[in-house]
Amino acid sequence: MKKYILKRVLYSIVAILVLLFLLFLMLDMMPGSPFNDDKLSTEQIEALNEKYGLDDPFVVQYFRYLFSIIKGDFGVSYNIASNVPITDLLETRLPTSIRLGGQAVLLGATAGLILGLVAALKHNTIFDTIATIISVLGVSLPSYVFALALSYTLGYRLGWFPLLYDSTSPFISSVLPTVALSMFSMANIARFTRTEMLEVLRSDYMLLAESKGISGPKLIIRHALRNALIPIITVLGPLIVNTMTGSLVIEKIFSIPGIGELMVRSIQQNDYNVTIALSFIYSLMYIGIMLVVDILYGIIDPRIRLSKEDNHES
Amino acid sequence: MKAENFDYSALPQDAFELTHNDVNAHVDRNFASQNYWKDALVRFLRNKGAIFGLIMIAVIIFFAAFGPSMTPYTYESQIIDQQNLAPRIPFLENFGIFDGTETMRLGEVELEVNGYESKGLDDVYYWFGSDTLGRDIFTRVWEGTRISLYIAVVAVVIDVLFGLSYGLVSGYFGGKLDAVMQRCAEILNSIPNLVIVTLMILVLSPGLGAIIVALMITGWIPMSRIARAQMLKLKEQEFVLASKTLGASPLRIIFKEIMPNIIGQIITQTMFSIPHAIFTEAFLAFVGLGIPAPMASLGTLISDAYKNFTTHPYMIISPLVVLALLMLSFNLVADGLRDALDPKQKDM
Repeated sequence: MKKYILKRVLYSIVAILVLLFLLFLMLDMMPGSPFNDDKLSTEQIEALNEKYGLDDPFVVQYFRYLFSIIKGDFGVSYNIASNVPITDLLETRLPTSIRLGGQAVLLGATAGLILGLVAALKHNTIFDTIATIISVLGVSLPSYVFALALSYTLGYRLGWFPLLYDSTSPFISSVLPTVALSMFSMANIARFTRTEMLEVLRSDYMLLAESKGISGPKLIIRHALRNALIPIITVLGPLIVNTMTGSLVIEKIFSIPGIGELMVRSIQQNDYNVTIALSFIYSLMYIGIMLVVDILYGIIDPRIRLSKEDNHES
Repeated sequence: MKAENFDYSALPQDAFELTHNDVNAHVDRNFASQNYWKDALVRFLRNKGAIFGLIMIAVIIFFAAFGPSMTPYTYESQIIDQQNLAPRIPFLENFGIFDGTETMRLGEVELEVNGYESKGLDDVYYWFGSDTLGRDIFTRVWEGTRISLYIAVVAVVIDVLFGLSYGLVSGYFGGKLDAVMQRCAEILNSIPNLVIVTLMILVLSPGLGAIIVALMITGWIPMSRIARAQMLKLKEQEFVLASKTLGASPLRIIFKEIMPNIIGQIITQTMFSIPHAIFTEAFLAFVGLGIPAPMASLGTLISDAYKNFTTHPYMIISPLVVLALLMLSFNLVADGLRDALDPKQKDM
C-alpha cells in the first residue's frame, strides 16, 4: 500500500513539473517581449535583459520560474487589471468558484442518488424510464444548454431568479448556475447508482438479509446502498473534470466573479500571465483531486490496487 | 401377437395422440449460437433510443449536406436592412406559428412585432430567422453543423490512428516499452484537457486547424486505454500462440489476429469520442477560441446569439437544438452499440 501511494505521489509531482515546463515554454513562445518600447535603446534593452536575467540559459530561467511559482508568485496581470498581482485577483475569486463547484457537486450527488435509487427500486416502470431519460440528457448535453434554458425560462420569463450573479445575495443568485452545473454530476451518479443497485439487489446477501427479517428502508440503505456506493469513486474523476470545464461557461453566462470567468476573460483579452496562472491552478486542483481519488480507491478496494499493479508490471 | 402380422390400417384415426408438439417443445433460442454481427444487429434494433439517435443523425447529415443550398442565401451574405427577423416558414405561417412575429418586452409592456410586415418584406422567408447582421440563420446553422460533423470525423480518425495503435502496440510488446508509453499517457492525462486545449489554441491562432491539433493531443487517451486492456487480455490466448508459432510477424498478429476480436469495443469507444469532440469545439467557441468569422460553427453561433438571447431567443434556439440533438443522438447510438456489441457490459 505504501509503495502504491508513493508511486502515485511521484507521478503527480512529475506531472506538475512537466506542466510547469509546458507553461514556461508557452510563455517563451508567446509573441512580443516585456520591453516592447521604441524609446528604449539597444543598450537599455540589454541592461534590462540582464537585470531580469533574460539572457540566462533556458534551463536557468526555467528553474527561476519554477521557484517563484512554488513561492506563490504568478506575476502581474497586464490587461484585466493593470499591474495587479495575480494572487490578489485570485483571493476573492477562488472561494467563489470553489463554493459554486461544491454546491453543484453536492446537489448533483444528492439528486442523482435519489433518482438512481428510485429507478432501481422501481425497475422497468415509468419512474425508471423517466430517470433514464433524465440521465441520458444530463450526460449528453453540455451544461450551457441547461444554463441558457433555465435562465431564459425561470430567470427571464418567470422572473423567479436573477439572471446575473449578485455578490450581495449569493444564495438566491447562485441557484440557477448551481442547478445547471450539477446536471452532469446528477445524471452520472443517477446512472451509476441505478446500475450498481440493480446488481446488488440481485445478489445472494440481499436474499440472506431479507430472509433474516430485515426489511424496508433499513434493508435498502444499510445493506444495498452501502455496497452499491463503494465503486462510486470511479465516476469522481470525470465528474470533477466536467464541473471544472462547465464552470468556465456557467460563470461567463451568469457573470459570476470566479476564476472561470477570469480565465475566459484572460483568453479573450490576451492576458497571458493570467491564463497561464489559472491553467496552473486548474491543473493543480485536478492533479490533487485525482491523487486523493486514486489513493482512496486503493484503500477501499484492494482488488483495484492489485490489478493496477499487475498491469504496471506486465 | 407378432408385430409383422399386425394390421396397422385397422387402427382408428385417434388411437395415437401427438405429444411434444411445437407448442410444448422448448427450443433453446436464448442460447443458440448465432452469428455475432446478426445477434448484435438484433439487439441494436431492439433499442428504441439508439434507433431514434440513428434517424436523427441521418436527418442532421441530410440537412448539413443540402440545407445551405435550400435557401437563396449563403452563410456570409448580409442583407443589412433585413436584420433581426423572427423565423417565418411558408404554409406554417397560416397557423399563427412561424409567421415572423416575435414578442418584444419593454419593461412591463409586451409588444408583438412583425419585422416582415413593418419592412414590407412579403415574399421574404427566413426559416430560422435572420441574425443581427442580416444573415440567414438556417443556412448558417447547417453550415455550422458541417463543421461539427467534420470534427466528428476527425475524432474518429484520431481515435483509430493514434489511440488504437498506441494502445495495441503498448499492450502487445509490454515490458519497458509499455512502461514508458503508459507513463507518458498518464502524465499527459493528469493535465486537464481544458488547459492543454486552451494553451494549444493560444499558441496556434484560433481556427479549425488549431482545434484539430488540440483534439489530437488529448483525444486518443481513452481509446488507447481500452485497446491496451483488451490486448493484455487476449495476447496470452492460444490462437495468438498458434499464430506466433507459425511465424507470423507482430504486425500481423496485432492487426489481423487480435484486432478483429476487439472491434466491438473499438467501435463503441469511437462513437463515445464523437460527442466529446463536438462538445470540445462548442466549448472552445463559447470561451472565445472558436473558428473566426464569417465562418460559423454551432459553437460560435451559440456564443454570438447568447449576447442577445433575451431579446431575440430564436437566434440561439436553432443552433442550440441542433447541437443538443447531435450530441444526444451520438450518445444514444453509442449506448446502443455498447449494449449490442458487448452484451456482458449491459446496463453499465
